[in-house]
Amino acid sequence: MGLEQKLGNMGVVTTTLETAINWGRTNAMWPMLFGLACCAMEMISTVMPNNDLSRFGMELMRASPRQSDLMIVAGRVSRKMAPVLRRLYDQMPDPKWVIAMGDCASCGGIFNNYAIVQGVDEVVPVDVYVAGCPPRPEALLNGILTLHEKVKQEKLKDWA
Amino acid sequence: MTHIQDTLAALTAKFGEPKAGAALEAVTEFRGETTLVVARASLLDVLRFLKETPELGFTFLAYLSAWDDWPNEPRFNVCYQLRNLTLSSNLRVKVLVPGDDPVLPTVIGVHINANWYERELWDMFGLKITGHPDLRRILMPEDWEGHPLRRDYPLGYEEVEFTFNFEEIEKKKPYAKN
Repeated sequence: MGLEQKLGNMGVVTTTLETAINWGRTNAMWPMLFGLACCAMEMISTVMPNNDLSRFGMELMRASPRQSDLMIVAGRVSRKMAPVLRRLYDQMPDPKWVIAMGDCASCGGIFNNYAIVQGVDEVVPVDVYVAGCPPRPEALLNGILTLHEKVKQEKLKDWA
Repeated sequence: MTHIQDTLAALTAKFGEPKAGAALEAVTEFRGETTLVVARASLLDVLRFLKETPELGFTFLAYLSAWDDWPNEPRFNVCYQLRNLTLSSNLRVKVLVPGDDPVLPTVIGVHINANWYERELWDMFGLKITGHPDLRRILMPEDWEGHPLRRDYPLGYEEVEFTFNFEEIEKKKPYAKN
């Protein structure tokens, strides 16, 4: 891999704590297991072997919010569901991130009516919006990689 | 004679000829579907007669719903879709409910499965079902105000965004905090 040349005789790699932690966070980011509508089908096929989310250390979809780092809001959120969504978000341990997958989760999509929340950013803070109705698995993977880029740029002084 | 024609004859013999103001208000047929408009006061009697007379046998309430004809009066059209399971014939019983008096008697005593349908009528149209044992909202959250399927209920809660009003809508949009 070319990496062993950098090891030297002692077998030690030097890096900053920030980089090491961000590297760890990006490569074992466990998404929460829940889908709300048709976008969930695309999220499922993202995990399946053709697209294989486990390449990014994300194959563990956690059914408990207490074990997950990433919430992928896959689908439209009704106003009756919104308090439940916020409660799940509050139960996730820090650090946590949110991807709004698809048009409905991002801005309400085609459902501009009384029953659907016009974008989940009214309920939870969103890091990455993925466009599409529904987005293809490639688009979701692109959103996840964009989030990885964002996490890699986090600074130690901002964590406190 | 078909089963529906037999049914209509039996109903006429029991409740009188269909005319405005009578127990049976009208009978219409459209593409093989028969609709029977009954007065609100005689709804329970008609449904019970249709169910409990053996040769009629409309024992199954397949669906119960309504629509709002606002601004025309009477405003609410409540439809009881009945089915005879052995002869596979359908009959629609319709009740017209005025907007200033949105009250309807419960039919749980005749068809037990009307319970949740009537809760939906209350939730979506605001029809007060008298005698219902558990009249709560069924679809909308419990603290919801208004009845969404009424036609005078506003459709959406956010304007459609264009380039000229984008910033204005953006200012009003509630964003969540961490």
